[in-house]
Amino acid sequence: MNFENQGVIKRLADQYGPENLTVVLGNGEANGVEVFAETVTEGDPSYAGPLAGVALKIPVYHVLEEEVISEVPDQLRAEKLQLSSLVIDIEPMHQVLETSRLKL
Amino acid sequence: MQRGKKIIVIGERDGVPGPVIAECLEAAGYEVVFQVTECFV
Repeated sequence: MNFENQGVIKRLADQYGPENLTVVLGNGEANGVEVFAETVTEGDPSYAGPLAGVALKIPVYHVLEEEVISEVPDQLRAEKLQLSSLVIDIEPMHQVLETSRLKL
Repeated sequence: MQRGKKIIVIGERDGVPGPVIAECLEAAGYEVVFQVTECFV
């Protein structure tokens, strides 16, 4: 996650409290999802960004996970997410993110 | 996904872009407080 977005998330966590936040991703590939999740739960693994050493413990989901997509109204889901759900392999990301959420 | 939480959306240009995720979640009744689209090229 780039440093600018890490800074925004840190500011939002200060403003609202990290326990009141959830992150939803839209990654096209599983590569990198684990780093995203680690950054907002345990802190920036590169120890270079604003979230270095900051364990916010914010739960992370992918928009195509059943827990999220099932809540989107049918018509919007068909219009905006159906095509993505055909080309994006969500299962590896679901496994990584569910493991991350279970550790919180 | 737990109700009542404020949502931070981090979309991806080659996946699902931020504005699309935000639109879908707001229609589902969630409050999106930040959305962005990252690009890894």
